Amino acid sequence: MIIITTLKKVFQFYLEGFQNMRLGKRLWAIIGIKFVIFFIIMKILFFPNFLKENFSTDEERAEHILQSLTTQGDK
Amino acid sequence: MEDTLLTDWSRAQFALTALYHWLFVPLTLGLSFIIAIMETIYVKTGNLIWKEITKFWMTLFAINFAIGLATGIIMEFEFGTNWSNYSWIVGDIFGAPLAIEGIMAFFMESTFFAIMFFGWDKVSKKMHLLSTWLVAIGSNLSALWILVANGWMQHPIGMEFNLDSARFEMVSFFDVLFNPNAYSKFLHTVGSGYVMGSLFVVGISAWYLLKNKDVIKAKKSMVVGATFGLITSIFLIFTGDESAHQVALNQPTKLAAMEGLYDGHERAGIVAIGQLNHHKEIGDDQEEFIWSIEIPHALSILGFHDMNAFVPGINDLVYGDTDHHNIESASQKMEKGKIAIAALKAYKKAKKEGDMLGAEKALLDFRTNEKYFGYGYLKDPKDIIPPVALTFYSFHIMVGLGTWFLILFFFILYFTMIGKLEKKKMLLRAAVLSIPLGYLAGELGWIVAEVGRQPWTIFEMLPVGMATSQISTTAVQTTFWLFAIVFTGLLIAEIRIMTTQIKNGMEGH
Repeated sequence: MIIITTLKKVFQFYLEGFQNMRLGKRLWAIIGIKFVIFFIIMKILFFPNFLKENFSTDEERAEHILQSLTTQGDK
Repeated sequence: MEDTLLTDWSRAQFALTALYHWLFVPLTLGLSFIIAIMETIYVKTGNLIWKEITKFWMTLFAINFAIGLATGIIMEFEFGTNWSNYSWIVGDIFGAPLAIEGIMAFFMESTFFAIMFFGWDKVSKKMHLLSTWLVAIGSNLSALWILVANGWMQHPIGMEFNLDSARFEMVSFFDVLFNPNAYSKFLHTVGSGYVMGSLFVVGISAWYLLKNKDVIKAKKSMVVGATFGLITSIFLIFTGDESAHQVALNQPTKLAAMEGLYDGHERAGIVAIGQLNHHKEIGDDQEEFIWSIEIPHALSILGFHDMNAFVPGINDLVYGDTDHHNIESASQKMEKGKIAIAALKAYKKAKKEGDMLGAEKALLDFRTNEKYFGYGYLKDPKDIIPPVALTFYSFHIMVGLGTWFLILFFFILYFTMIGKLEKKKMLLRAAVLSIPLGYLAGELGWIVAEVGRQPWTIFEMLPVGMATSQISTTAVQTTFWLFAIVFTGLLIAEIRIMTTQIKNGMEGH
């Protein structure tokens, strides 16, 4: 019961805080747009994790790096 | 095969995002403490004018924080895509500090930020003040973990290279955490943020005084800003000294480039101001400078805390000086590096063939030459030297600006104390113009740190060319321009919102 009351108070605190914002609303809009650009457009379209995309296990990834470290050293 | 164009574009992209990110961070670091000090004065005195002052600067802090939020995450995207060799190799070392930073930032931001902005009339004065201080401390601690990671790249210790997993593995968390390079870097970096925060407060307050607007609040802000600025500028001198000492001990090539020092000597002086001879090449006998003013002995003192210490120059580090100063040449190091790489290859082959004896011998060869590992990838001994002109000028302009800020804070405080500040229009204008100079100094500091450690991503262990992924250069070029557009947009948004808010004045906060 105490936990629920506390959670309600915390929720109310955040809710009132957001509702009373003036400049903050514009800032949150910027944060929202930025997150969409960063995490959805850029991350998904342009920034795949190279090793996770191209290799399925850590052993394969380690092998790829070792290959890269040893073959380039020959040149 | 190493693709120089890809490496250069990957570096350019990382530099672009890091430089933009650093436009937002220092103000967060410095202004958070200044706000906490202002609120402390409010709580101590009960004077409502300090509450309004605190709220005004808190609004500007919020704008900067909101616009800068998550700009650093882009660098983590780049690690995974453009720098996958590097991120794999350092994953074990970086995992812990970056995870702690992430968790700390999340909890701090969701809890104490909320109280700081929403809690003015909802929690007690003391609880609110505590939250403001915790935001300041938390922001700075967050920077600590990032700089522990960066400090390790500058001076890798507390780790061992695992030949099976191709990773540096942490053997001592405390060595990584208490890496002297990381601490001097952390203190100097946050110190520069404090000075930036002070310049911001002093500059904007000066603008109000010039416009004869919100004069009392501007003067009060000015006193806090200039006092904090003066103290932290002095702090910056000491942390800068320690940073230079660490560079001298662990990154002699960087120190030589910072000072344009080609031939090392005992009782080396510092060039206070000078113009490099751009025709000068490594190993030739041309003069290093067209003109210069030198402070005798200062480099030996700064670098080694010993007036008689020998400071190696670029030629000593490239060609070696085993007769007098026990400095190995870059060629010797490259040979040992190649032995380490061959040992790694032999180890891999022996393991595949089940030849345990061969693997053990190869491992021993590798460990003997491990500290030269990165040198094995270099093509030319001269490659160990970072771009001299960029490092030299960045360092000297940064130091010059730092000195100017100290003088500025001193005179602002002096004229405030004798009650003549409003009449000193030139000084007030200089304070306004010093805001962009503060940003410039911070960026130059990073250029010294990062360009100065070239050609390495991990000092002496992994050159930049070996750290990149095998991806298309066009993809990196595309995202470079994409970032340039997005970040410029964010910067314009910050400046516009910030200037509108400043023009609205300090009333009503």
